Amino acid sequence: MRVMAQMSMVMNLDKCIGCHTCSVTCKQAWTNRDGTEYMWFNNVETRPGQGYPRGYEDQEKWKGGWELDKRGKLRQKGGGRLKKLMTLFANPLLPDIDDYYEPWTYEYDNLLNAPAQKNIPTAPPKSQLTGKPIDVQWSGNWDDDLGGTYANKDKDPMIRGIEEKVQLEFDQTFMFYLPRICEHCMNPTCVAACPSGAIYKRSEDGVVLVDQDDCRGWRMCVSGCPYKKVYFNHKTGKAEKCTFCYPRLELGEPTICAETCVGRLRYIGLVLYDADRVTEAASTPDEKDLYEAQKDLILDPYDPEVMAAAESGGIPYDWILAAQNSPIFKLIKEYEVALPLHPEYRTLPMVWYIPPLSPMVDSVADSGFDAEDADNLFAAIDTLRIPVEYLANLFTAGDVPTVERVLYRMAAMRSYMRDVDLGREPKEGIANAVAMTGETMQDMYRLLAIAKYDERYVIPRGHGESAHNLEGVGTDCPLNSEGGPGMAEESEGAGMAGPGYAAKREESNVPRPGEGRVNLLNWDGKGVPQGLFPEPTGGTA
Amino acid sequence: MSDDTTLDILLWIVLPYFVLAIFILGHVWRFRTDQYTVTSRSSQLYESKLLRFGSPLFHYGIIAVFFGHLMGLLIPQRWTDAIGITESMYHWGAFAMGIVASAVTAGGIMILAWRRTTNDRVKTVTPVGDKIMFGLLGLSILLGIVATLFNLEGSYNYREGLSIWFRNFWTLNPDASLMASAPLFFQLHVLMALVLFAIWPFSRLVHAFTIPFGYLNRPYILYRSRDDTERKPRPGWAKSDIPEVPGPATSRRRK
Ligand code: HEM
Ligand code: SF4
Ligand code: SF4
Ligand code: SF4
Repeated sequence: MRVMAQMSMVMNLDKCIGCHTCSVTCKQAWTNRDGTEYMWFNNVETRPGQGYPRGYEDQEKWKGGWELDKRGKLRQKGGGRLKKLMTLFANPLLPDIDDYYEPWTYEYDNLLNAPAQKNIPTAPPKSQLTGKPIDVQWSGNWDDDLGGTYANKDKDPMIRGIEEKVQLEFDQTFMFYLPRICEHCMNPTCVAACPSGAIYKRSEDGVVLVDQDDCRGWRMCVSGCPYKKVYFNHKTGKAEKCTFCYPRLELGEPTICAETCVGRLRYIGLVLYDADRVTEAASTPDEKDLYEAQKDLILDPYDPEVMAAAESGGIPYDWILAAQNSPIFKLIKEYEVALPLHPEYRTLPMVWYIPPLSPMVDSVADSGFDAEDADNLFAAIDTLRIPVEYLANLFTAGDVPTVERVLYRMAAMRSYMRDVDLGREPKEGIANAVAMTGETMQDMYRLLAIAKYDERYVIPRGHGESAHNLEGVGTDCPLNSEGGPGMAEESEGAGMAGPGYAAKREESNVPRPGEGRVNLLNWDGKGVPQGLFPEPTGGTA
Repeated sequence: MSDDTTLDILLWIVLPYFVLAIFILGHVWRFRTDQYTVTSRSSQLYESKLLRFGSPLFHYGIIAVFFGHLMGLLIPQRWTDAIGITESMYHWGAFAMGIVASAVTAGGIMILAWRRTTNDRVKTVTPVGDKIMFGLLGLSILLGIVATLFNLEGSYNYREGLSIWFRNFWTLNPDASLMASAPLFFQLHVLMALVLFAIWPFSRLVHAFTIPFGYLNRPYILYRSRDDTERKPRPGWAKSDIPEVPGPATSRRRK
């Protein structure tokens, strides 16, 4: 047993209101530079819908993730080492910008500089790639709130196979929001696909990062990631991805997307897992068993044997305590209500989701019945096949009973807690019906409904025994551009500086990085890095 | 050697060694200080239909051309003579293979150049450095083809002139007269290539030295410890005097 710690997230989809605050704050913090316009480390997609980039889940087309070969061995779906090297010159599996969208801005100058005229001046859109006017046809979130989704429903890879039913029972329209970030997978294909070895999993907390010095722009990681969460910076020619806001994690702060989430639906915490069994779990023959296999990898942090192995593996004691208090462990292992997104990609993703009960609740309420009655809800789960099958396609590789089991629990909680709220005697039978006790049900309710900041985010601070500092060096953070968030020296309040950040810096007596040497991380790919040359030279590409 | 003019010595002895020095030192400097800009700087995101033909054609072509040059320049004529290959057999064999490789290369680079000049998206991300590099590279290839075509009959046997100059250059025993007596287009081809090599380390062409052979035998999943690797100051990065952020004193180093 080789115990490793993994920072992970769970999102409770019932609470997501689709406000996109998370996407915007992440963008402002990390991807507001040239070359990153189209990158959404966090995006929120309406499901059913095509997602971002369009139809990314169609792995027959994009060939992301892993598959099993005839002998049951794990291999990259997009081809092995030799194939990758042979196709370096033009990657046949790379989405192009139109699969995302052509980023644009507006001619704001028009508004300010227009001469006096009869009509109000406008600010027409112009492409951020070419600077020319464009006719905006698509964007990262064009099918928000089902806009055009049913016209395009054949394009949602997850609807394939159940499309007739969706058409037949059009009145049963359902939708929900799916916020997505990088999964910081235990078995990441982006890492496996990188010919330069520039992407790695941090052994301390499992965060997957791109080393900006080592990346050579072969863009194989973009194809390798089945979630399409590695993006190619077209100005610097290097790959960038969600960093799990590691500079914040190291200070014990939640990620920006979680911190700013309006629905307060995100949970962050550690899990301990057995790294020796990762490949074995990812090679589980039946796709539908992958969820269980991955759940089994996650170790019980109270088990003395696990604790001892963790200690001897170099995991500090306060991290083990954090793993014990982890909301993630509770949601995945104790209450068993969180599910991984697309376990069938075999990357063992570590951002999990509590599937939404709202399609069933809405349906019961719409038909005039009591939507907080357990029996009504159970019946709705049993009869509303389409949403349930759809959810199963997302979260359990199509295994309907597992999704049903989770939904039953959520329905039972709803019903049980109503009695508590109304001051009635809660019905233990409801909890027992979903194999829980009234007590655990109440605990689960606490965590899901009213947990405070420090219960939702249990993040032990980073240990920097040999580290120079936790964010100033920036290490391989691609984001330390001029005016970017990594440049804490420029403005204290910006970017990753969360609440209490200034105080923490003060407390740890962290001086600002000095000037004087060339810092290529400050460089945005335009012109020549400051201080590198006495004078710019023409030959430098 | 005594008959060489100053110009000959400058062009065929001083310049080549000078370029060699720039090439080596330039690359050492670039890789030591500036890893961040070493990339193929792919433009595939903008346009892939043309690139999908142009780039592999060009690259596979240029790799063939490279090995062709190695053969022509490094294998002495007496070796091929010794195994019974006559000069004319050699000439026509080399010509046939060379013309295929250079046609592929030239076709590829033409597609790439067409793409760079006609596609708005690609055009806007082509810095001056790229344009200069493209020009020099295109000219070198063009002059190489022209030199070969002007020498269709094989009246100039480069293996008795240019190739020997090349080998002598590496054995530090340079002989300018061997180049000075070569036909004009051969001279121009070599000069253009020398200029290209001089800008090489400062252009995107550095990506040719980053072929990731290591990928063939490494584990798929890589782990790095924050402690061991990332925080080491690296050349080209801003130096930081920020002390460690205090944390509980537990050792968490992994093997
Ligand atoms: C054998 C190792 C090499 C590899 C793996 C390699 C790979 C690449 C890649 C991935 C690109 C970017 C294509 C894109 O836009 O997506 C590229 C572009 C380019 N390479 Fe190479 N290359 C190699 C050697 C060379 C050599 C030896 C030369 C020239 C002498 C060269 C000249 C170029 C040029 C001119 C471009 C720009 C093409 C364009 O975008 O218009 N490469 N290379
Ligand atoms: S989700 Fe993240 S860690 Fe997983 S393969 Fe994609 S980029 Fe890599
Ligand atoms: S963890 Fe940070 S970088 Fe990743 S999506 Fe959230 S805010 Fe963006
Ligand atoms: S901020 Fe929270 S509620 Fe709003 S879209 Fe993002 S995840 Fe959903």
